[in-house]
Amino acid sequence: MIDEATIAAHGLAADEYQRVLDILGREPNLIELGIFSVMWSEHCSYKSSRKHLRKLPTEGPRVLQGPGENAGAVDIGDGLAAVFKIESHNHPSFIEPYQGAATGVGGIIRDIFTMGARPIALLDSLRFGPLEDPQTQRILEGVVAGIAGYGNSIGIPTVGGEIAFDESYAGNPLVNVFCLGVARADTLVLGRAEGIGNAVYYVGAKTGRDGIHGATMASEEFDEATADKRPNVQVGDPFMEKLLLEACLEVITTDALVGIQDMGAAGLTCSTCEMGSRGGTGIEIDVARVPQRETGMTPYEIMLSESQERMLFIVKRGREVEVEHIFEKWDLHAVRIGDVTADGLLRVNDKGVAIAEIPNRALADEGPVYDRPTKRPSDLDERQSLDLGSLPVAPSSNDVLHRLLGSPQIASKRWVYRQYDHMVRTNSIVLAGMGAGVVRVKGTKRALAMSVDGNGRYCSLDPYLGGMLAVAESARNVACAGGLPVGATNCLNFGNPERPEIMWQFARAVEGIAEACRQLDVPVTGGNVSLYNETDGVSIQPTPVLGVVGIIEDADRALTRVFRRQGAAVVLLGETGVDLGGTEYLHVMHGIVRGNPPALDLSAERSLQRLLVSAAADGLLESAHDCAEGGVAVTLSECCFDSRGIGAEVSLPQESGTGLDDREDVMLAATLFGETASRVIASVAEENADEFFARAREAGVPARLIGRTGGTRLRVSVDGDVVIDQAVSEIEETWANGLSRYFGGRAA
Amino acid sequence: MKFAIVVFPGSNCDHDAYHAVTKVLGEPAVFVWHKDTDLQGADAVVLPGGFSYGDYLRSGAIARFSPVMESVKEFAAQGGPVLGICNGFQVLLEAGLLPGGMRRNRTLKFICEHVYLRVEHTDTPFTRDAAAGQVLKIPIAHGEGNYYAPPETISALEDNRQVIFRYTAPDGSRDDAWNVNGSAAAIAGICNEERNVVGLMPHPERACELAVGSTDGRVVLESVVTALDGAGAVA
Repeated sequence: MIDEATIAAHGLAADEYQRVLDILGREPNLIELGIFSVMWSEHCSYKSSRKHLRKLPTEGPRVLQGPGENAGAVDIGDGLAAVFKIESHNHPSFIEPYQGAATGVGGIIRDIFTMGARPIALLDSLRFGPLEDPQTQRILEGVVAGIAGYGNSIGIPTVGGEIAFDESYAGNPLVNVFCLGVARADTLVLGRAEGIGNAVYYVGAKTGRDGIHGATMASEEFDEATADKRPNVQVGDPFMEKLLLEACLEVITTDALVGIQDMGAAGLTCSTCEMGSRGGTGIEIDVARVPQRETGMTPYEIMLSESQERMLFIVKRGREVEVEHIFEKWDLHAVRIGDVTADGLLRVNDKGVAIAEIPNRALADEGPVYDRPTKRPSDLDERQSLDLGSLPVAPSSNDVLHRLLGSPQIASKRWVYRQYDHMVRTNSIVLAGMGAGVVRVKGTKRALAMSVDGNGRYCSLDPYLGGMLAVAESARNVACAGGLPVGATNCLNFGNPERPEIMWQFARAVEGIAEACRQLDVPVTGGNVSLYNETDGVSIQPTPVLGVVGIIEDADRALTRVFRRQGAAVVLLGETGVDLGGTEYLHVMHGIVRGNPPALDLSAERSLQRLLVSAAADGLLESAHDCAEGGVAVTLSECCFDSRGIGAEVSLPQESGTGLDDREDVMLAATLFGETASRVIASVAEENADEFFARAREAGVPARLIGRTGGTRLRVSVDGDVVIDQAVSEIEETWANGLSRYFGGRAA
Repeated sequence: MKFAIVVFPGSNCDHDAYHAVTKVLGEPAVFVWHKDTDLQGADAVVLPGGFSYGDYLRSGAIARFSPVMESVKEFAAQGGPVLGICNGFQVLLEAGLLPGGMRRNRTLKFICEHVYLRVEHTDTPFTRDAAAGQVLKIPIAHGEGNYYAPPETISALEDNRQVIFRYTAPDGSRDDAWNVNGSAAAIAGICNEERNVVGLMPHPERACELAVGSTDGRVVLESVVTALDGAGAVA
């Protein structure tokens, strides 16, 4: 007998339970209730987000696989597909940073190789509270070690990523992991159970009691009782996954396979009913045949366990021995736990006795869908107002530059990526920290560029614009490496969707992403939604993170951010305005997050990106670097770093015209540290300068020659006055230590 | 001249070694599965990097019991050239083919970056084409590469000229700041007394093409090719 308390403990609302009764035409038993509960959790069902996600453009000439499968795929030529996706592991990483992050890496890697692709690159987008807090230091250190521990061991390079800090993430860090693999386009494997009578195989680690109801946990807010949920976090085994990876890719070379699915969130439950639902079939399994790590596990526990490194395979009838043999070679035990059936039901037996019977479609596709109310936050107008005239007078631009370069958000992330094997597989033609991640595709002339970006600060001030800016920045980073952006994946991290203000943020951000993806021709091929990112009622900044993948036709032409030679022309692409709203400058120097984020003209952005790609392809550019946090001054500095000390001398015109001409310091800050969108600092060899400027004119992209590389100092003048004059070695030291200084002697 | 590249469960630089040998050097190579004992007539054996058996116990501690290791030992005993890279070096230490052991890096963190190595001696099959004192820029990627042996073993290694690679500054000078993982005597690689078995923590196979940042590692793999081709010519 199911009582109200049991229903509530499973996180099902009264109307949701009624829906269960309607579907079954009877009361569910406890196992069935548990199965509905995880499949209809926010994490698995997307019940709050589904309506909005439909707005995303998901189709394009290169898209081979859009949302709905284990991962998306785009055509990259030569008969190959890039298979990629981003996923969050936020909640587990707060509870147990090392294992939470490690299993996040393991989960997304499985999504890629289940598609038949060999994973070749990882990126991470991370958010933490202020680094001054020892608790944050501990979480960051654990998360980084967890990512390293898993990725390094399994041998997939972590080639890039981003990290940002804000108070709102202190009790709710974000760990978003992106993985990309390459497959033959004609042999992509789908997560479908087809062919009545085909065998359902379980392969990988044994099932334990870890992670039971992890998906439900990821759909709740945190409070002080959260620490008690530690047993809900799974433990990763990268060695087991390495074996699974190699064995899977070997099995796929036979044609004995019908479909594969990872057992991720909601474990055996989710993988069985989703594969059945996609294939329009039923699945019958016997839990007694499932390999178990612990004694006395109940069918309920077996169905809901989220033990890691397990996969479900559908194997063609008559080919079972062949497949079993390959797994045995890798010391893996493949166990037949059931069959594909015709009745569309998920039928779970225990030693032959039926203990659950639910239609697959009801679980996977017919869960509740909510049109949750939205409301523009009442304090938004106030937060968007910014009186630049009332800002205290800023210190000298030299001092501001040091402060910004030394802030963890902008500072070098070497302390982090040095712990990641970013070179294994010998494809990393742009090393970590030098720009977008770029990996060559062996056997072709091509390379793939990829970047993950998001700006929670912008989104908190204007989620629509913030969503657009995230797409634009990620695609711009890819274009700066010389890659033509061809596809995107998104990870949408927000607070509690039951609160209308949060739902409004979500809806607006998705609309912004959709608009930008449409205009920049980057269809969304999949992704992940992470809601309920709140602790004690305080939500994180709305943080959509965009992963964009681009194609570099000639790998030898890939670019980095770094100046390569003395005497090259330094070019500022794009127009600069007075854009101090939501900037790192305001945050670091004045301690405020206010104003409107920079406006974005998507058509100008598109022209800029197309210009970068074509100029890079023709070898006209020496380097290119996106102007982001910290503005032109920080961007120029970063172009000098890691260049063996190549400096630059540039001059810029002072911004003006906002009626604040008496506040020269504010206008100077806007000129140097403002974050106007759609700008890039490029360096161009003398002999290519004329050609490049002609192309920029033709493309309608504003291009201004602002100076030359050379010397060992960065010298910037504005309207003729030298306002920044620093030895590159000095500012580089500030930048190099900005993050590592929080980890003291351990940094060496 | 044929290379055998041993594949342990958890090896993850096996394909990189294969790529360097076959695509960059243009020499034939075969993968040898850890359960096999047939080295397929190879002229040189490479134990690649990775995390054999997950390295959950101690790096290389389980891999040394693989059936293939019996054949590798036999091959080495007959004077065949054996190169252990990173985890492969750790396996050679555990198997007793080379002396000493590994501790965690002194930072207690995994480190992946380009480092500088000085070639100490050129009379091994893997350094014969290098110049003594030549400095190579080659990446490392390990958490446990802090080489240790008792002082008397270190002395013996030095006396027998078995220290083949040492971490140095870019100009080749000894400097503790450039001893990236804290290894005893800044040791990055050693050979056995017979000089045919060489192990090193840095990854020469990751430094064979300019596209990935350095070609300094080629000399290690090319040396064994000339060593064997030269031996063939003399015979």
